[in-house]
Amino acid sequence: MAREDVLVTADWAEENLDTPGVVFVEVDEDTSAYDTGHIKGAVKIDWKDDLQDPIRRDFVNQEQFSALLSERGIANDDTVVLYGGNNNWFAAYAYWYFKLYGHQDVKLLDGGRKKWELDARDVTTEAPKREATTYVAQPLDWDLRAKRDEVEAAIGAKNLIDVRSPDEYAGRLLAPAHLPQEQSQRAGHVPTALSVPWSKAANEDGTFKSNDELREIYVDEAGLDEDKATIAYCRIGERSSHTWFALRELLGYEDVKNYDGSWTEYGSLVGVPIALGDEPGEK
Amino acid sequence: MSDGCAAPDQDAALPASVDIEKETVLTGTVVNDEGELVQGAYVRLLDGSGEFTAEVVTGENGQFRFFAAPGEWTLRALSRFGDATGEVKAEQGLNETKLAVSR
Repeated sequence: MAREDVLVTADWAEENLDTPGVVFVEVDEDTSAYDTGHIKGAVKIDWKDDLQDPIRRDFVNQEQFSALLSERGIANDDTVVLYGGNNNWFAAYAYWYFKLYGHQDVKLLDGGRKKWELDARDVTTEAPKREATTYVAQPLDWDLRAKRDEVEAAIGAKNLIDVRSPDEYAGRLLAPAHLPQEQSQRAGHVPTALSVPWSKAANEDGTFKSNDELREIYVDEAGLDEDKATIAYCRIGERSSHTWFALRELLGYEDVKNYDGSWTEYGSLVGVPIALGDEPGEK
Repeated sequence: MSDGCAAPDQDAALPASVDIEKETVLTGTVVNDEGELVQGAYVRLLDGSGEFTAEVVTGENGQFRFFAAPGEWTLRALSRFGDATGEVKAEQGLNETKLAVSR
């Protein structure tokens, strides 16, 4: 898959704002950003209200995803271009959902909202008008999603990539530094997991680094074994979607899964091995 | 599901659950050449080795806030008015910094 099949530039986006069959979707945790101004025609998806099951700790199922996209006016054959804040974390997370549920043509806007704002490109508060569709999602593709038992079985066997900050990896912090540090679970990382913070994959303006730079980061510097399958995780699964995107969609590794349970699940499991400190640790 | 990894409202008061006696908070404002508060600036926190730790977007009052640990940190602001970098030696409690962005 070519880079331009999955990642579009802000210039491309600006040229295709009115192209029929191209739908821009802003995905945020804090959707007030969308309300203060968004790319013209872009529809909004709230990562929590729209993408998480309201009762169980899980994300929306096939039927819920179908209903969501139908209601937002997105069709199965649309080209979906996702963007959002936080260096596209939540857009990458939504991209992973679109792939999990079999959407054919989905892309990320490189740099997301941040690059768009730093470039001082136009935004609007005008609500988009889209007719409802009858979207039909495919069954969830488990080739892209790792569950907890698979993560424990991967210790010492597959590439595990911990994409949180070095302090979270080592167990010195339990959450990113802009959030209060109250948490109940244990700190540390899955033994043998390599530490490659998600931010290594991105430039300061939020765009992805080149494939050559990415390969150097994951393979040459971190020691990712290209012959093995890979599971990426973070705290709740969206930063690792960003890395999953870099590894599978940009670098083209075939067997890459995102562990969306991530550290909030693994670090609360009873009896699983945990490593502390800056080193990956032993099996 | 726990709260996301994204940044909370930067203009909000410190949550009551935050114990300022125990936390190390790096806070401050972003201003432009004219000395005006800059809303919508991207401020990132880099650790002592220059590694990215977190990023927030300033609110109406140009304010940012991080929960970190005592030690040396770098603050880096990007905005449509330009960029700025600041070094902080943080101690437990509130640590305030002003970042003046320019081209």
